[in-house]
Amino acid sequence: MQQLDIDVSALLETMSGQLNEKMAQRPNPKMIGIRTGGEWIGEALHQRLGLQEELGLIDISFYRDDFSRIGLNPQVKPAHIPWDIEDQHIILVDDVLYTGRTIRSALNEIFDYGRPASVTLVVLLDRKGCRELPFQADVVGMQLECQQTIKVTGPDPIEVTISEKAEVSA
Amino acid sequence: MTARLTAPNPQLNELGKLKHLLTLEGLKQHHLTEILDTAESFIDPNTNKIKKVPLLRGKSIMNLFFEPSTRTRTTFEIAEKRLSADIESLDIQTSATKKGESLLDTLWNLQAMQADMFVIRHAESGAAHFFAQHVAPHVHVLNAGDGQHAHPTQALLDMFTIRKKKGDVFDLKVAIVGDILHSRVVRSQIQALSILEAREIRVIGPKTLLPEHPEALGVHVYHDIEEGLKDVDVIIMVRLQNERMKSALIPSEKEFFKRYGLTEKRLALAKPDAIVMHPGPINRGVEIDSAVADGPQSVILEQVTYGIAVRMAVMSVIMSNAAQLAQHQAEQEQSALAEENAEMENPQ
Repeated sequence: MQQLDIDVSALLETMSGQLNEKMAQRPNPKMIGIRTGGEWIGEALHQRLGLQEELGLIDISFYRDDFSRIGLNPQVKPAHIPWDIEDQHIILVDDVLYTGRTIRSALNEIFDYGRPASVTLVVLLDRKGCRELPFQADVVGMQLECQQTIKVTGPDPIEVTISEKAEVSA
Repeated sequence: MTARLTAPNPQLNELGKLKHLLTLEGLKQHHLTEILDTAESFIDPNTNKIKKVPLLRGKSIMNLFFEPSTRTRTTFEIAEKRLSADIESLDIQTSATKKGESLLDTLWNLQAMQADMFVIRHAESGAAHFFAQHVAPHVHVLNAGDGQHAHPTQALLDMFTIRKKKGDVFDLKVAIVGDILHSRVVRSQIQALSILEAREIRVIGPKTLLPEHPEALGVHVYHDIEEGLKDVDVIIMVRLQNERMKSALIPSEKEFFKRYGLTEKRLALAKPDAIVMHPGPINRGVEIDSAVADGPQSVILEQVTYGIAVRMAVMSVIMSNAAQLAQHQAEQEQSALAEENAEMENPQ
């Protein structure tokens, strides 16, 4: 199995630069991280961008589309959105964009709180080519192949381990 | 085959998780804490509001109230709606004589209307068990109070309220005051407090309103309220269940208040930060003085609000357990099939 380690802080640096540019058109944004990985990335970006409002957090467990198949995540935590979402520019942060189903759940939850002016999607890693729903990120730290398995650990330090999936023996 | 030493708990599935909620008796601490933790996640920590989530969308829940109820029924209905379930509530008054057969017929008819879950309140102890024995395998039963037997969701919401106010049930001294004999709520509360390892459980009331051997419940018994309230962290008042008293067990309500009513003066005997709870409905001037019920130490109305989150949690956990069991069974079937295939390819 081949493994490669990634310089996460360099990725975050580049991402916050790109995000800063995007935010020129979308002033005074508020940031929401998706628990748990998105919370870590969100905190790191929030600090780098020096955002005024506290980082919001959501846990999409109650909004998943596979509840009737896999049940509830026992570690589900309450959402923490300490400000109004109505008419705000929202930066939505997650660690990995894969099938797109998490983002669908997250948007549903966000819209339960109000109608944002816009949502900008930011992910550290994008596993392109295995999307099942039509979502694309606005800011991506790094593109990966679908076959690669990813492990993100955190929060301090945030580390990513990528390995090629072992060949499934017939 | 080895014989079973203990009968399996009828409310647990083959993975040991809750399938129905009929009573707290025989449940483990993890069963309770899973529900209490899940309830926590339904409450927005900033606004204390309870969210609406799409968790049980497409599920059909029927509330069968054979006995009148305001709080329990309404909070169950709200909880179901906040989980996005489709709900139907029925008031069913049955004659006591032909209960057996009519109850089963009712059940089968409602099941034919494709219910996924029944919430049942009945004057007869064991009614929820009876339902649970006869429902189809995919249908779940929640006891919303059966006779003098159990009221598990009420006890769970009480534990949740204690946790919210005191951090943990563990290490607390809890006094339950009033009509202990007739109360299904008290029975469930004592079980919950024992499972969560409260430091001390006291019951306070006149001999006529206590069961014959209260010590068997693992509680300390007091007949003098002033002695019993000393240094407690939590006071739970319960009402006189006049409708269940078959003889004159107390001289009068006035006399009861004089001897067992919770007044500000008596409350002062408990710890200064003690909380006052009551499952409702409260009878002002019978078991509790208005000054206490409406006072700063009373958490009676918060109990009602938390009841919504706790009932949401019970229903979600039960549905989640069902999903996980189905997943588990599918995996087992698959591995059995794989084994079979392997054997066919490599015959011995």
